[in-house]
Amino acid sequence: MKFTRRQFLKLSSAGLGGSSIVLMGFSPTAALAEARAYKLARAVETRNTCPYCSVACGLLMYSIGDKSKNVQQDIIHIEGDPDHPVSRGSLCPKGAGLLDFIHSPNRLKYPEVREAGSKEWKRISWDEALDRVAALMKEDRDANFVAQNAEGVTVNRWLTTGLLAASASSNEAGYITHKVVRATGMIAFDNQARV
Amino acid sequence: MALQSLDIKQRSATTTPSTQVRQTTEVAKLIDVSTCIGCKACQSACMEWNDLRPEVGSCSGVHDNPTDLGPEAWTVMRFSEVELDGRLEWLIRKDGCMHCSDPGCLKACPAPGAIIQYSNGIVDFHQENCIGCGYCVTGCPFNIPRLSAKDSKAYKCSLCSDRVAVNQAPACAKVCPTGAIQFGAKEDMKDYAEQRIADLRERGFAKAGLYDPPGVGGTHVMYVLQHADQPGLYHGLAEDPSISPLVSLWKGVAKPLATAVLAAVSLGSLFHYVTKGPNEVAKDIEDEIEREERAAREREEKEGAK
Repeated sequence: MKFTRRQFLKLSSAGLGGSSIVLMGFSPTAALAEARAYKLARAVETRNTCPYCSVACGLLMYSIGDKSKNVQQDIIHIEGDPDHPVSRGSLCPKGAGLLDFIHSPNRLKYPEVREAGSKEWKRISWDEALDRVAALMKEDRDANFVAQNAEGVTVNRWLTTGLLAASASSNEAGYITHKVVRATGMIAFDNQARV
Repeated sequence: MALQSLDIKQRSATTTPSTQVRQTTEVAKLIDVSTCIGCKACQSACMEWNDLRPEVGSCSGVHDNPTDLGPEAWTVMRFSEVELDGRLEWLIRKDGCMHCSDPGCLKACPAPGAIIQYSNGIVDFHQENCIGCGYCVTGCPFNIPRLSAKDSKAYKCSLCSDRVAVNQAPACAKVCPTGAIQFGAKEDMKDYAEQRIADLRERGFAKAGLYDPPGVGGTHVMYVLQHADQPGLYHGLAEDPSISPLVSLWKGVAKPLATAVLAAVSLGSLFHYVTKGPNEVAKDIEDEIEREERAAREREEKEGAK
């Protein structure tokens, strides 16, 4: 293509002028803008209790899907439950970060046992775990239960086993846990009902 | 397109007018520094809601963590130990975008639609329109926006515009366990601040007051400060913030002036073309040039033949 000096200058000045005009704001664009789409629309909302401390703040957990049968639910967001009488929607930094606690690769998801002398944790079923815990508790209680002290006073103590129960329980669940554990004579015990 | 709560008031580098007819409630976040315990629940909630996960940092010897705002840390707690009248005070300020009524970032931004101000007062960055020039960083009187090394785009607090659009409070305000962060209509926030200030004055903080700097037209994130006469105590909070004179000069004077000059040049050229027409060479001069050129070519050919 033949390209004279004059044509080159014309083209250059047209380009320069055009870009200057655009730069000075003469290029009209539609004033469109939107906030980021609300990410919880149609998400499944599930109420729960924060698992960390015994304040037991209320949670709202949001999952993908609408509970239809072909959708695997997965939690995408957690925030405080405004209807919860204790926390009224607020949370501490740990509660506010629960999403990553749920999806943590280090999270314990099933019962495991490390046998005496072993270095390995072995996965076992819930039935196996509960049967084994019950059997061990009975064995230890039968061997060490103190019905009466040296003075002959009835004390009904079981001092050789302790229990750490859940914090994420309601008042009712905490009450029942407390009754069951105390009924065995166990002294070393902590759970939600402490507060 | 435009949600009722989020009509656009201003848009960066745009000359077409925005919607101005509908009147919507101006919102604000009030941060009561005197009731903040520095737990950082607001930081956690912010990262969770906005899908941000900064690199795990290291301890810098103080409570500040992360140590600075970043593209993935839109709010951070700033801890300051100050001695006043022989008493140690631990002042904890939640730092982040102030959502100015007259935003320096928006004024400085050359990318159309990268920075938006909604009629409810929220100033939002739209990263898909951001060109990564960093003018917003220099334009901001509070040093808030941060450029990401991953995508060269600027990020900052959006006041959870997506939540506010559906009438929810920003994540940080909802989560706050001590109620140090309140959210609502700006007028209501000012009323609430008055109560807090009266309480603080009663308790001996004679200079307690509201931080709503007029230099940037007021802000949509306000502080209740125990020492409102010395905002600098709170990790260098600006005493009297205003938009940099350079930004004002460029966008206020220089740009319209340059536009006018450009228009004058175009208009002048047009008139010159109409009145004088293109510069034409007279026929006899052209003939003479042609003759000379022909003579020169012939000379060259002769020399080439030799």
